[in-house]
Formats: sequence, C-alpha cells, structure tokens
Amino acid sequence: MPSHSLLGVARHLSRAECEAIAKKVLSFSHADECRVTISSGERANTRFAQNQISTAGDNYNNTVSIRAVFGKRVANVSTNRLDDSSLRAAVENAERIARLAPEDPELMPELGPQTYDEPIVWNDATASLEPEARADAVRAITEPARRAGLISTGYIEAQSQAFAVANSAGLFAYQRSTAVAFTTTVRTQDGTGSGWAGGSDNDFRRIDPRALAERAIEKARRSVNPVAIEPGRYTVVLEPTAAANLIQLIAGAVNARGADEGRSFFSKAGGGNKIGEKVVDERVTLVSDPLDPRVPANTVGGDGLPSKRVKWIENGVVKNLAYDRFWAQRTGKAPNSAGGTLCMGGGDSSVDDMIKSTERGLLVTRFWYIRPVDPRTILFTGLTRDGTFLIENGRVTRPVKNLRYNESPIFMLNNLQAMGRPERVSASEAGGPGQAIMVPPIKVRDFTFTSSSDAI
Amino acid sequence: MSSTRREFLQHSAATAAALSLLSAERAHAADAANAHATNANAGGAPRFSGDSDHRELALRAIDAAKAAGADYADCRISSARSQNIGTRERRVTNIGDNETFGFGVRVLVGGSWGFAASSELTIDEIARVARQAVAQARANRAAMVKPVELAPADPVPNGVWRSPVRIDPFTVAIEDKVAYLLEANAAALAAGARFVNSNMFFLKDEKTFASTIGTVTQQTIMRAQPGMTVTMISADNRDFQTRQSTDIQPKGLGYEHVLDSDMKRHAARWVEEARQKLTAKSVEVGRYDLILHPTHLWLTIHESIAHPTELDRAYGFEANYAGTSFLSPPENMLGKFRYGPDFMNIVADRNAPGTLSACGWDDEGVAPRDFHIVKDGIFVDYQTTREQAMWLDWWYKQRNMPTRSQGCSYAQTWADVQFQRMPNVNLKPGTADLVWDDLIAATEDGIAIVGDGAFSIDQQRYNAQFGGQLYYEVKKGKITGMLKDVNYQMRTPEFWNAMDMIGGPRSYELGGAFGDGKGQPSQSNAVSHGCPPTRHKQINVINTGRSA
Repeated sequence: MPSHSLLGVARHLSRAECEAIAKKVLSFSHADECRVTISSGERANTRFAQNQISTAGDNYNNTVSIRAVFGKRVANVSTNRLDDSSLRAAVENAERIARLAPEDPELMPELGPQTYDEPIVWNDATASLEPEARADAVRAITEPARRAGLISTGYIEAQSQAFAVANSAGLFAYQRSTAVAFTTTVRTQDGTGSGWAGGSDNDFRRIDPRALAERAIEKARRSVNPVAIEPGRYTVVLEPTAAANLIQLIAGAVNARGADEGRSFFSKAGGGNKIGEKVVDERVTLVSDPLDPRVPANTVGGDGLPSKRVKWIENGVVKNLAYDRFWAQRTGKAPNSAGGTLCMGGGDSSVDDMIKSTERGLLVTRFWYIRPVDPRTILFTGLTRDGTFLIENGRVTRPVKNLRYNESPIFMLNNLQAMGRPERVSASEAGGPGQAIMVPPIKVRDFTFTSSSDAI
Repeated sequence: MSSTRREFLQHSAATAAALSLLSAERAHAADAANAHATNANAGGAPRFSGDSDHRELALRAIDAAKAAGADYADCRISSARSQNIGTRERRVTNIGDNETFGFGVRVLVGGSWGFAASSELTIDEIARVARQAVAQARANRAAMVKPVELAPADPVPNGVWRSPVRIDPFTVAIEDKVAYLLEANAAALAAGARFVNSNMFFLKDEKTFASTIGTVTQQTIMRAQPGMTVTMISADNRDFQTRQSTDIQPKGLGYEHVLDSDMKRHAARWVEEARQKLTAKSVEVGRYDLILHPTHLWLTIHESIAHPTELDRAYGFEANYAGTSFLSPPENMLGKFRYGPDFMNIVADRNAPGTLSACGWDDEGVAPRDFHIVKDGIFVDYQTTREQAMWLDWWYKQRNMPTRSQGCSYAQTWADVQFQRMPNVNLKPGTADLVWDDLIAATEDGIAIVGDGAFSIDQQRYNAQFGGQLYYEVKKGKITGMLKDVNYQMRTPEFWNAMDMIGGPRSYELGGAFGDGKGQPSQSNAVSHGCPPTRHKQINVINTGRSA
C-alpha cells in the first residue's frame, strides 16, 4: 500500500492512499460522529561521536487514530496496522470504549469541510536525504575537527511526514511537511573546552555543515580553561539560540483557559486574563504564522481547524491567547490554531554592536536543562553551555565557567536593551527539528545567575 | 532528561508519597508476585502471549541481514499497547487506547552499526529493511576510525519473561477505571480543591528478540502509573499552588498498583497540603541541613548518580545532547573516586519486582545482573552494553572479573535503535533501623523535603537544582511549619559527601519515572530508583519566589 512513487524520496502515504484509508474507516463506523487522523512518514538520522558515525538509521511508520462519538460520549483509539481487519478492530474498539465513557459536557461537534491555505512546508531535498548524503554532511564536520585535533559529536535528523484528517461531517485535509536539524558539539581532547553550533530548517540546503563546523571549532578553542566568576545579575548578550531557548517558553504558557482559571502567568489579579495588558518591553512582538516562509508549518490543526497567523504579543501588549473550540465558545472568542511555530520581531543591532556597547557582561551561546520552577512567573532554571564568554569594555576577553540561572523570559524581555536580526535556530535541547522558531540575538540587563558550574 | 520527561511529569501528575507526615505506608510493591526469568521449556514457565510467528519472522530478518553482508545482526519485534485516561473535576477529558507494532533490525558490518525499522511486518519488507540496515552500516563505514567490538554474551535459545502482574490493566473495564478517577476527584472537590486533574496510564509491550549468536527471547513488559494534581488559588487570584500525588510512583506492575494506590483516600490530604502551601512562609535563603524523603531523593539519585555513571557519557558519545560526565576519564575514577561516606552503597538491578526497568534480558539479549556502582563510598563500575564493556576490559581484568555487558541495552520502541540506558539505580539503606521521623528528630535546624518537583543539572552532572512538593521547617527535632519557594542547589561530590544520616531497610521506597531522556533522537527510558530517606549537612537553599 505505501507509495514508492517518488524514487529516493522518503516513504509516506499519498493523498489518494490517505483518502482511501479514511473512507474505509468512516465506512466501518457506526458512531454518531467519527474522525480519522493519519500520520505517515519516515524519520532518518545519523549520529556521530569521537569524529566517527556511531549509530544511524531510519524508520517508516503510519499511525491511524480514530475518534468515535455517541451523543456526548467519546473515545480515541490508534493503531499502526493498516490492513482491513486491524482498522475494523480499531473502529470497533473506539466505539466500544466510547459507549462506556461518561458524557462529556464540553464535547464539540465535528467541523464540516474547511478551506486551508496551501502549506509551504514540504521540501524534496530534505525528503531525499539518503544515508550517504548524511554521512557526507557529517564528514564536513568530523574532518576539520580531526585536523584541528578536536573531538566532534553531533546529529542530523530529517523528518518527512504526511498528515491527513477526515471526519463524518465531510471534512478532509491532507498536507505534507519536512523538517531537518543538524547540530554539533566540538570538544578539546583534554575536555577543557566545548563549542556548539546548530541549525534547523525545512530545507536541508539552507543548512551549511562547513559553517557549523567552523563556528563549533572556533567556540571550542576559545572556551578552553574558563575562569570562574561570581554568580549574580549580569548584562547578557544572548545569541539567537540562547534567546530562543527562553522565549519559546512563553509559547508554552499562552493557554487561555489556564489564564482564565487563575493558574497562569497570563491570569489577571482579581480575575480574567491579561489580554490588552503590557507585559514586556514595547519593542517585543511575538507571532505564529504557518505561512511565514522562514518558519512555515502545516495549515491544518489536529481537529481539522485551519491554522492561521496569530499575534500573541504586539508592542509588548498581550493580543491573544490560545483558545480551543470549547473555551472559545464559552468565552465568546474565536478559536485559534497557530501551527506551532514562533517568530519574534527584531531590531537593527548586531551581536558585535551589542558586545561593543557592553562595559561588563556575558556572551551566551545556548542554554541547557531548562526546567520550570514557578509557573506563576514562567520562572525556569537551567545552565549556560558550550561557549560562555566574559565581555569587558566592549570586547570578549575570556571564557568563563558555566552558570546556572533562575529567570523568566517575561522579566528578561522587560529588561531588553537591544535586538538584532531574527534568525531561524535549533532551540530544542534534544537537537531534533522541534518547534520552528526564529528570534533575534538580544541584549538584556540584570539577568539572574544563581550559581556556578564546573561542567564543560 | 528530555522535554518528554518534563511534559510527562507536568501532564501526568507524577506521583508522590503519603508520607507520614509521612509514615510511608506503601512500597510493598516488592511483595507483588515474583518475576522470574526462565527457559520456556521449564515446567510452569510463563507463556508469551504475542504472535507465535514473531520468532520465525525475527529469525528470518537476521538471516536476511547476514545474507546482505552483516557480521552480526539482531531483530526486535514489538507489539505495544498503551492506554491513557485523563480527567478533570467531574469530567473525563481523554480516553485513549493506542497500539503500535513493528520491527527494527540492527547490524554490524565491518565494525560499523546500521539500523532500519518498519511497521509492515511482511516477508518482503523484512528483507528490504534488513538490506537497508546493511546499506546504512556501509555508508557509516566511510567515516569509521575504530571498529565496534562486542563483549561475549551467552546464547539464550528460548527465553521467556513476564512482568509480575496480578491484574492485567487491559482486562479491567473502562467504566471501573473512569469511576475510580472520578471518585478520587470527588473526594478532592469535597475537600475544597479548586481544580483537580487525575489520570492513569498503562503499557503492555510484547517483545521478541533474536540475534545471530543464537538468542531468541520473548518478553511481556507491563507498567502502570496513576496520578493526581490538585490546584488551589488564592482569594485575590494572585497566587496558585499545586500538589502532585508524588506518594504514588509509577511501577512495573498491573492494575493492582492503581487499587493499592487508593487515590480517593489520599485526595483530601493532598488538597489540605496545597492549601497550606498558599499561606506557607517564604523560605529565607541560606545553608540548611536537608532531610530528603525517598519520594524526592529518587530524582536526585537519578540525575547525580545514575546519569554520570553511564559509560557512553564518560567517553563523550552523548556530548551533543545529554552531555558527558564528571566521572571521566574512567582510569582516573574507577576504584579511586570517593562519591560519599563509607555507608553509601549504590547498586544497579533489573530484577526487583515491580520496578520499571525489570526484565529477563536486555535489548541485546543479555541477562542483567545486580552490580555495585558505588561500594562503601567508592565509585567502582559504570553501566554498559556489549559494545561498551570492551572499553573497560582493563578494569575487569584488574578485578579478576569477566568482561561482559551489565545488561543496560534498551530501545523505547521498535522504531528506535537500542543503546545504553540506565537500569534501576538504588541507594541501599543503612544498617541502623532509622526511619524518616528519626532523621527529623535528630535535626536541630533544617528543611525536610517531600516529593519531587523542579529539577535541572548540568551536562557533566556537577551542578544541580531541585525543588519538591512540600517543604517543612525543622527546628530542634520537630516540624514547626510549612515553607514555600524552596529549591536547593548542589555540586554532586560535595552533596553526597555531606550525607551524614541514612534510613534503614524499613524506610526504603521505590521512586521512578517513565520519561528518562537520552540519545538522539531522544528516547524515553522507564526506570525506578529505590532509596531510604537521607540527611545532608549545610546545603545551599535559594528562594524561587519572584513577583511578576
């Protein structure tokens, strides 16, 4: 059944194949309402360590999820076996469980047919990335690292996915997406220096392995034998990856219901939420736009709702929060689906300008082990990693030992001093494609570091 | 640890301990039935309930890989079913039943690994995937510097193992599960909870493994996690506090774990504790003696002992994500590094009944054994796979031990390649019969922490920060009130060497998590950590409360 139509392109179910499966599942259904979602595709990766490939592989999988509704009773079942009897069994299982479920007073009826913007998130070059091409890209890092007497470690992951949703109310959508990330950490032989570089995109051709190698090698060399500095409040210049590591945490806190219920940063004292309130510096704008060519996403959400541009923060003021269909109806708002990408507007400064204008501060490459401490303020803790440097009198003077911070992106964006041009970055800690995010480098005052780390 | 783990802890409400005030009344998981690994030919052996064709298909896959040029090959076929039920207040928010089925083939060609996987278990697809794995290995050889060698392993021609489950969760009616959760929520609401979320999650993984050394094993692994989170909100809407049910930890058990957890009985106490957090005194920063409950300490052990003793980290293989280890290079650390006081013993196992890592054989067919990582305070061994055991050949020879894998190979699903993952890593109890209350009674000026909360540690596992669910001020041997905004920061060697009291066998409990993250792509491992309560002298406490 799976398509082999495009030679060399990662396997995934075609529109016709998804339509056929959806039709079949809907024909098996006896429920009042039925929704079918299909995810199909290949994930391929190559890892390297000690300047050689350690493991690599690919997997191909298709998952069919079935949602059955009787009255206000609902259940979800998924399977990755696509033969008729397995699909029939999954439908029967969903219906059996749904009948046993209590009524859900918040159940929303299935959406009818919708119109979707044409997504721009599929790329043939990424979908055609073969093991040999990945190995070549890896050598573009391991060879210069070896010549420099350094040790490189890293990872490429390419995802090629088809997604389809259909329901008994006549909705059908089929979209395809690709995503790729390439990250590397280069360390010195004696373990006294470490540098990181990485990139993420939908199009593998926009990632330059040689440039990544150069950056990581340079950072590894410059970071050797760091000195300890006192924790405390520092002016920081955050490279785009470090800025994104923290700014993306805001996107995780924009749920409207949590805000209205009083358990979110976006809750308002006395009741309600902070839409309309200024919460960060007036230069800050945060938007999700599935049609932004630099950070595109599918234009269909999981329940079939079309994904559109959503402005979360404009000129520092909260413009919108994330509303699912039920909460939107309850509160008289429009439901929104934003596609899961994030873009922050920038300024006309540059990392060099920011360093030049800093009397004493720190230059940060990226953050790591970022975990929530206090949801009331979106306060997180974590550490700097793989390239942290002291700035003195407008110059980067020496590497410093890594530091642990306890800080909130909200406080940080209130203390904003300068912004550069936004860049798309790889901001997922695990180095996978993760959320597509584009942010500028930023300079911030009074960033709170609470302890020093010996880790290199 | 990945975001997977973070999300899991956030959304599934982790677990927690009833604590005594804490008289730990659980941890009887160890009594639950007995796990036993056995040869299927033996009388009374557990039966594998998976597809009987799987053995044949797995053998066919490794034959196809050999025919395509593999020097070594293994195949894992897995059929995994999971179920998740989520509720809030009086409402069921989700009932999901998922199955995933497929196989992965791993090969060695001229010393390079290759891997491929697919969900289509047909004869043709098995042959294609086997060839794809070999092609992948050949592509990888281009960058090879040092070929992979495997430590010897004994063939297991017909191994069968099953988690020691009394009640298979998939035989329990959905209505019963829903009723259990809604009754627990009702108890929380009756006690005044502003919001309550509860859920249960179950997994049943039927795995067939075959390798070219003549091993075929079939195992049924089961896991269960019930959990609840209650939220209280201040009258002026300016503060909210949650209590997660960390008295209840995930286990490698069946539905009996849900019944034994009895969330309905504990719900009102969790609500009261969340309410107290709203008016608790904000902590003064400084150095305190910390008394750490097992429902908290397991996560500190996980981060500061279990992770840095993974051998692949020590050799830099995880440098790009999970990180390296301060326990490096091994030749300067093994037998030399003092982790903690003489009474500190860290033992790894994969056989304690009810633990998340328990199995008969690991994901490369090796029977795990118990082994000391720290003995009498000294670091003595790392966690290994067959590939990695060879790297410590010199150390095992020196100790007159055979060079063999410790059985730490694991893959989260059929679609992922197996690699080194931690087994259960446990802090053994002390010899004196001390319990939680004894540690409190012996403390002049300290803070007692119950349940796991915030957690973060650097990439070499030196500098960590942890929070909890509940914080108690301890003065002159007594709990004198509740605190909030507490997190402690520590440096691993100093923290463990500052341990000056340890609970006895009676106070030993199992904690754990489903979402231990490592590797690229990041894979989740499920692991338990057993420990007694401990006391640590003069640890740095910070205040995490800031106003927006």
